[in-house]
Amino acid sequence: MTQIVASVLMLFGAVFSLLGAVGMLRMPDLLTRLQAATKTGTLGVGFVMLGVAVHFHDLGVVANSLLVVAFLFLTAPIAAHVIARAAYFVPVPLWKHMALDELKQAIDARAADAPPNTTKAEGGTPPE
Amino acid sequence: MADQILQWSLIATAVMMTIAILIVTFCLLRGPTLPDRVVALDLIGTLTAGAIGVYAISQNEPVYILVSVMLAVVLFVGTVAFAYYLEKGLE
Repeated sequence: MTQIVASVLMLFGAVFSLLGAVGMLRMPDLLTRLQAATKTGTLGVGFVMLGVAVHFHDLGVVANSLLVVAFLFLTAPIAAHVIARAAYFVPVPLWKHMALDELKQAIDARAADAPPNTTKAEGGTPPE
Repeated sequence: MADQILQWSLIATAVMMTIAILIVTFCLLRGPTLPDRVVALDLIGTLTAGAIGVYAISQNEPVYILVSVMLAVVLFVGTVAFAYYLEKGLE
């Protein structure tokens, strides 16, 4: 019985991983590609690790595989956010049908409100 | 019966994970920008952690799960380091 449950969980995870890879291939720009990669990749590997935990049903293995799941679920959104923010300011080309750019609106609003020297000071330390 | 189901689903899972990793490797080579490559590398590492879990089941050897744990940890640090130097390179 546990073998069948582990099989189903592994197959779910593999299908999600494959969908994430296809999304990575098909999506038009970096931000949509990042969304496909992060969410489906995390969920796919999470399912595979649950399958591992069900298959071995040993306390140490279950703890380790749940540790992988917890760590992926904690760090994948952080890594995606950091990469997306860095890439936005590089800048990367955005999708031409993009309807709403809230970060650009926020930056414009702050630049319009603040006096010039404060906007200059928030750019980090000046180069040597 | 259950053993056979497990064997076949192990094969199917391994094939699907391999195809996924190959597709993402193509995306890593294609780019077109540096952040795209960083995202592809991140996804390759995550999928590799899952594939090592599948390998651990197929070899019936639970020690391999520790490789997945360490891979997940190192992957996050690597991605954040890439992002840090992408932002720092602007100045």
